[in-house]
Parts: sequence; structure tokens; C-alpha cells
Amino acid sequence: MTDSTIYREVILEHSKHPNNYGTLDPNDYSFEDTNPLCGDEVRIDVRSDGDKISEIAFSGQGCAISQASASILMELVEGKSLDDIRAMGKDELLDELGITLSPARLKCALLSFSVLKTALFGREYALEALED
Amino acid sequence: MVSTSITTSIDAATLKQDFPILSRPAADGRPPLAFLDTAASSQKPKAVIDALTRFYEEDNANIHRGVYDLSERATAAYEATRKHVAEFLNARKAKEIVFTRGTTEAINLVARSWGGANLREGDLIVFTEMEHHSNIVPWHIIGEEKGARYGHVRITKDGQLDMASFDELMTQGPKIVAVTHVSNTLGTINPIKELIAKAHDAGAVVLIDAAQSAPHVQIDVQDLDCDFLALSAHKMLGPMGVGVLYGKQELLEAMPPYQGGGSMIRKVTLEGTTWADIPTRFEAGTPAVGDVAAFDAALTYLENVGLDNIYQHEHALATVAMERLAALPGVTVYGPAPGIPRAGVVSFTVDGIHPHDVAAVLDEHNVAVRAGHHCTQPLLKALGVVATTRASFYLYNTDEDVDRLVDAVQAAQRVFA
Repeated sequence: MTDSTIYREVILEHSKHPNNYGTLDPNDYSFEDTNPLCGDEVRIDVRSDGDKISEIAFSGQGCAISQASASILMELVEGKSLDDIRAMGKDELLDELGITLSPARLKCALLSFSVLKTALFGREYALEALED
Repeated sequence: MVSTSITTSIDAATLKQDFPILSRPAADGRPPLAFLDTAASSQKPKAVIDALTRFYEEDNANIHRGVYDLSERATAAYEATRKHVAEFLNARKAKEIVFTRGTTEAINLVARSWGGANLREGDLIVFTEMEHHSNIVPWHIIGEEKGARYGHVRITKDGQLDMASFDELMTQGPKIVAVTHVSNTLGTINPIKELIAKAHDAGAVVLIDAAQSAPHVQIDVQDLDCDFLALSAHKMLGPMGVGVLYGKQELLEAMPPYQGGGSMIRKVTLEGTTWADIPTRFEAGTPAVGDVAAFDAALTYLENVGLDNIYQHEHALATVAMERLAALPGVTVYGPAPGIPRAGVVSFTVDGIHPHDVAAVLDEHNVAVRAGHHCTQPLLKALGVVATTRASFYLYNTDEDVDRLVDAVQAAQRVFA
């Protein structure tokens, strides 16, 4: 058998060399959360220009899935409007990841998604987006 | 490829056939399950599953209530297990055995009932850095309510209790000392007999968390002289949802109820209630009668194999696993060095790979291990790691399971190379 089907090259590449890794200080939006399962930590800082995201960065540590998905999320949302991000569903991120995940590992994959939604729109909104 | 070959008095490959879940072929073309997560929950032998089925097919009724034959049979099965547990732990009397939902509820019972009645503002509650959260959080809850203080026994670099730190805390007049017998994360076996004697000299009551020891080593509560001891059936071949609190008769008799409801009363009027005697005082409501009845079969299975044989076997497997993992470049193994007594638990990390990713690759090879903080966040903080991958062994694990573990860790290293 092959050594792994979950850890596709794209996941490994993003987790080793993540996009937009770092912090923004000052920022307009910032939130940090953890995933108790793996002990993953993700913080996302956002600077906005009117209704648009002008700069975004993430920092943290954790499993390859959580870090790769945060990195991919950065690519997906940079330069987009807040309305675009409000409308963005979790499947958009999961499709980019392109792997089938168990319910437990989904929490790793969606940590950054949840942190971004919470930073921009609040906790309740993030929980709703995770349900959809 | 290296092959492990150890000789112990257990023929694990034969015992494995008693466990239906370990004998099933994997549906998805993977090799058969190498189950190395017994520290989380053990698998169940056919004898236990059959006992559970038999109860529901032949003896099912509520207990301590009906006068009909069926109810009496159910009651007899439930009480027979209580007696068996008392013998298994060498308790003086069956009434020192209280059935709970698990170790967690047993510890909560003591914290709430004994702690509620005995702890005062400023009292010192001592527990160790290596406790499972279930032997920390109940003390935080009652401690906060009472305004108690906490004392933490530190651990050494190799994951053993720092006895100097323990001795120092004993000079401060602790009210209760709560300590685990075996670390669920590291497999460390604590010298509890010595700890209990010292804590008693200091005037403290002692609770032992035996969730990780009762399945693997012989326990004699009279010899240990512990005041309370908690265990979970599901970690020792029994059903989920059953635990045991052992408590010394005089302590239990002085304690108020934990929960109110049916069974635990002597007399109820609209104005008030008087409590039943122990142990039923602590068993409000209908317990998990069928699961308790099936737990009896688990104890019998363990006695037939022999706890000394079980310990020797899993210690041998863990030692080989530890040595072979530590020999891989970039792999760090935690806990006591080879040669020091340890239960069948091996926690490790692999450089550059998150423990959860290691476990995920292992899963792709159908090797089941736990990864994360193992409900021991303070312990991992003391060790300076965020998480580990943990393999734990039991009587049904074989040499081949160790080979599968080591091979799969190497596969993970190739994936992340």
C-alpha cells in the first residue's frame, strides 16, 4: 500500500511552507481559537480597506491538516470583500483541501474557517456557518 | 525489516481469538486491526458480550424492588458482581464497593460527598502533575466552592513523581491526597503504598485513581491501606458505563449521599428523607444492571489469564516497542527508561510531524493509537510538549502489533520527509 492517501502533496506543501504566516499589529479584526482534539492553535489577523480585506495573516501551530487548511484559506480570501466571505461556505475550503476527512479531523480542517468567521462576524455566525 | 520476538507466559495470538473485534478482517483492504489504544478503552472478549446478551435474554428486570423471581435473579447477578469486585480488590466487605458510571463519577462522588462534608476554607488538596483531568477537575470544582488551596506534586524529567516535592507538601497538613496509580500518558507506576503511608502520617485521606492500574496489576486495597480507590470496567474487558468506587466502610458510612432518588433512601416523607445504608446510599436510580452483570465475566477472564502474567506480557511488549521506537532517528519516547517498572503505555513524538498526523498515517495502516494531550494537559506542559502519540498494550497484543506500529511510524516519516 502507499504510505498515505490523506497527506497529499498539496497538504504537505502548505503545511511546510504556509502562505501569509505571521501576525498583523495593529489590525482591524483578530481572533484565536484552539481545537482540543489535536491541541491545534490558529490566530487570524485581518486589515480591511473599506469593505475589502487588504491584508490577512495567520499564526499558530498544530497538525498538518489544520495548518495546511489555514494556509489555503489565506489564498481563498485575500482581497475579497467581507460580503464574499460572509457568503463563503465551508465546502469551498474543503474542496480545495481535496481529501476525505473523518468527523474528528474535520474539526482540524475547519478551525481556521471558524476563526476567520468569528473574527469578522462573531461567534454565533461562525457556529452557524459550521453547521451549514 | 526487523521482527519482534518476545516470550511471555501469555499466548496473545490465541487470546486474541476470544475478541470478535480483533478477529474481523478489515473491510477496506487494510491489514487486520492492530489495536494499541487499550488505555482509552479495552476490547471485550466474547464471554463478556455473551454475558451481556444473556442478562437481557434471561434475567432482565429492575433490581432491589420486585418480589418476583426475575427481579430476584437480576438483583442476585448485580450483587454477585459486587462481591466479585470486593474479592478482586481484596476489600474487607462487599458493601465497600459502590457502582458508578466510571472512574470519573467515582472521583466526583468523593469530591462532592466527602469533600462537601469535610473540606473547609484554606484546606489543602494535593494532586499530582501527572493526573488525568478526571482527578483534577472534580477537585477544582469543590475546591473553588470551599475556598480550598491546591498543592501539586511535581514530576521528574523522566515522568516519575518528584518525591521531594511530595514530601514537602506532606509537611503542610493536606486534607486529601488524590494520586493516580499508573499514568495514562506515560505508563509510570507510582509507589502508592509508600505515598499512602506518608499521606496518612500527615493526617490526609487518600484517593487512588486505579483506572489504568486495575486492568494490569494486582490490587490489594487492604495491603495498600488506601481510603478510596476508583476504577472503570471498560478499561478491563468490561462494558462501558460501569465503574467502581472502593471506600473504607467507616468513611463511606459517614458520607452524605451524592445524588438523590430511588433506592438510596430509608424513608421519605414530604418533610424529609433518611438515607439508606452503604453502598446503596450512593446508587440512586436504576444502575447499569446488565453491564454490571457482564463485568463479572470480565473479572473472571482476567483472573483466568492472571494479572501477573498480563503485566509481564504488556511490560515486555512496551519495553521492546519503546526501544525500537527510540532507535528511530527523530523519535522521542517519554516516561521512565527501560528497566524501570511501567505499564504497557508508550508515548512518543516524531520530529517535524504533529502527533495527530502520526496517528492518522498509522490509521491508514490500521494501527489504532491515541494522539493528543490524553486528558493530561498539566503533565504535557511539565514535559514541554503540546501532544504525543500513545500506543498502549494489553493481553491480546502480539509481537506483530509492535512490528506494525514501528513500520507505520517509519511510513509516517517517509510521508513527511
